[in-house]
Amino acid sequence: MKIRIGLGSCGIAAGALKVKECVETEIQGRGLDIKVQTTGCIGMCHAEPILDVIDEQERVYTYGYVTPEMVKKIFDGHITGQSPVEKYLLATPEKECDFLAGQKRVALRNCGIINPEQLQDYVDHEGYQALKRAVTKMTQEEVISEIKESGLRGRGGAGFPTWFKWDAARKSPGNVKYIVCNADEGDPGAFMDRSLLEGDPHAVLEGMAIAGYAVGANQGFIYCRAEYPLAIRRAELAIKQAEERGMLGKNIFGTGIDFEIRIKQGAGAFVCGEETALIASLEGERGMPRLKPPFPAQSGYWEKPTNINNVETYANVPWILANGGKAFSAMGTDKSPGTKVFALAGKIKRGGLVEVPMGLPLKEVIFNIGGGTKGDQKFKAVQMGGPSGGCIPEELLETIAQSC
Amino acid sequence: MSCTCQCNKQQENDIQKNPKTWGPLQELLEQYRGKAGSLVAILQGVQSIYGYLPQQVMEYIASAMKMKPAKIYGVATFYTQFRLQPVGKFLILLCQGTACHVNGSERILTAICEELGIKPGETTPDGLFTLNCVACLGCCSLAPVMMINDQAYGPLTPDKALKIIRDLNASEQQACEGGKE
Ligand SMILES: Cc1cc2nc3c(=O)[nH]c(=O)nc-3n(C[C@H](O)[C@H](O)[C@H](O)COP(=O)(O)O)c2cc1C
Ligand code: SF4
Ligand code: FES
Repeated sequence: MKIRIGLGSCGIAAGALKVKECVETEIQGRGLDIKVQTTGCIGMCHAEPILDVIDEQERVYTYGYVTPEMVKKIFDGHITGQSPVEKYLLATPEKECDFLAGQKRVALRNCGIINPEQLQDYVDHEGYQALKRAVTKMTQEEVISEIKESGLRGRGGAGFPTWFKWDAARKSPGNVKYIVCNADEGDPGAFMDRSLLEGDPHAVLEGMAIAGYAVGANQGFIYCRAEYPLAIRRAELAIKQAEERGMLGKNIFGTGIDFEIRIKQGAGAFVCGEETALIASLEGERGMPRLKPPFPAQSGYWEKPTNINNVETYANVPWILANGGKAFSAMGTDKSPGTKVFALAGKIKRGGLVEVPMGLPLKEVIFNIGGGTKGDQKFKAVQMGGPSGGCIPEELLETIAQSC
Repeated sequence: MSCTCQCNKQQENDIQKNPKTWGPLQELLEQYRGKAGSLVAILQGVQSIYGYLPQQVMEYIASAMKMKPAKIYGVATFYTQFRLQPVGKFLILLCQGTACHVNGSERILTAICEELGIKPGETTPDGLFTLNCVACLGCCSLAPVMMINDQAYGPLTPDKALKIIRDLNASEQQACEGGKE
């Protein structure tokens, strides 16, 4: 038997560390031989702290809103007594909770499942296989055409086709090129990128390394806002672990190809999420946007060809190489294939992080997954995206979610 | 080279007076010497050493790293993370972002201001608490949220927020008394 505890920022804020302490005390006090694992954010922020009991058959029982007092009861009932404590359960192997049932997890595939601080966990979930295959068996063009086939579009807001940007950076003349991961996430209400970096940092690193191979860059940067200390710490740790195993850094997978990743902290300026401002900030300047063209793919960091994508965009990449572009484009809409992660917050019953196929009507996201408005008050409007997104009133709730 | 009035020398002496900060500052500058584009990272380092960006230190960096003081000042004032004044031991970042706003963050703000007797951007006279309002801490599902020295707290009610602050205050008083004995 195993116990798994979610230690994302939200979980910690809700008291997950205290719950973990209680669990460890109970295990010691009862002289049990039970492993305690930690994981990132499962997305059910509303129900934090969350504790999973995993039995020998790897069947998962999820408890929510866990308090130190409940820990004792869960031990009495479920761990020692072998019968799950029904009234605290959110989900059982037989019954998925409504929150997770409507979702399709691609970018978030490992979030809340693996331990983000342990590379081996990621590797056991096919981690770094896609990168290995790319650098050992595929040409740059083949990687880009797989991404083209997937129809993946940037998840940072503008929704530009990812393959096109990669191809432009690849074709730009010069030996020195850069990969940048935009983790500035300044839009109030959004926390998709934070949860990804906290919950599955290697997926983002692997995506960046694949992009690096495809465009011919040896150096990558993650530009992460300083308000995300835990995300920065986990990404740093992940880089170090992957370098030690030769999956990042010098001579990856023994191919002679180098790809190093460094983290740069933002310093609190919303506009630095815009790519040209971000690049200025990376160069140590004030984050002032400049006119395009030239686009970063032609002239970016230190005026070298630079490919810049969002955190979630990169996290999709290993999945696409592993499962094929077709499998990705089979989800979502024609114009906008794949899935999208949404952060649900505000006066909603079940706030959190959800990933659904593109094209799902907002109504379903808000009511079926999010459970509707808090206290079942009358629904008035939902704001989509950040300050640049609009407010969508009730009569337009059939609007589908996709990048346009 | 340095100017004839020896003002640079003077500055160096003053900063040098405190061995606690002098060593780390030198290490920091050494780490970034010759690396173009490191100004933001250097200032972040300075802020973690001093808690803010003292003017004297910025001027020292300008001469030590051969940069224009105006450039350093320009970058330091562009980013909201940088502070030109010392902050309290506990830096409260109170979110006023969309999700926190609709969940009542203004009431939390009023309560904290009343409790501490300060406005956003100010520090309590005992130097313990600084209150800053920010746009989003990325913990929106726990709205309303505040972060104190990298630790997030939520969902808050005015009472909960006050209890957290009072607890920190009490533990600080205890530590002080303990230290005196
Ligand atoms: C004011 C402004 C703020 C932005 N903020 C972000 C952000 O926080 N995160 C992000 O990924 N993209 C942001 N963008 C979009 C980026 O400029 C850029 O399009 C994106 O990082 C490209 O990545 P993608 O192709 O993977 O979407 C912002 C754009 C503007 C104009
Ligand atoms: S459009 Fe908005 S975010 Fe962009 S520079 Fe102007 S004010 Fe700043
Ligand atoms: S809006 Fe307050 S944490 Fe995001």
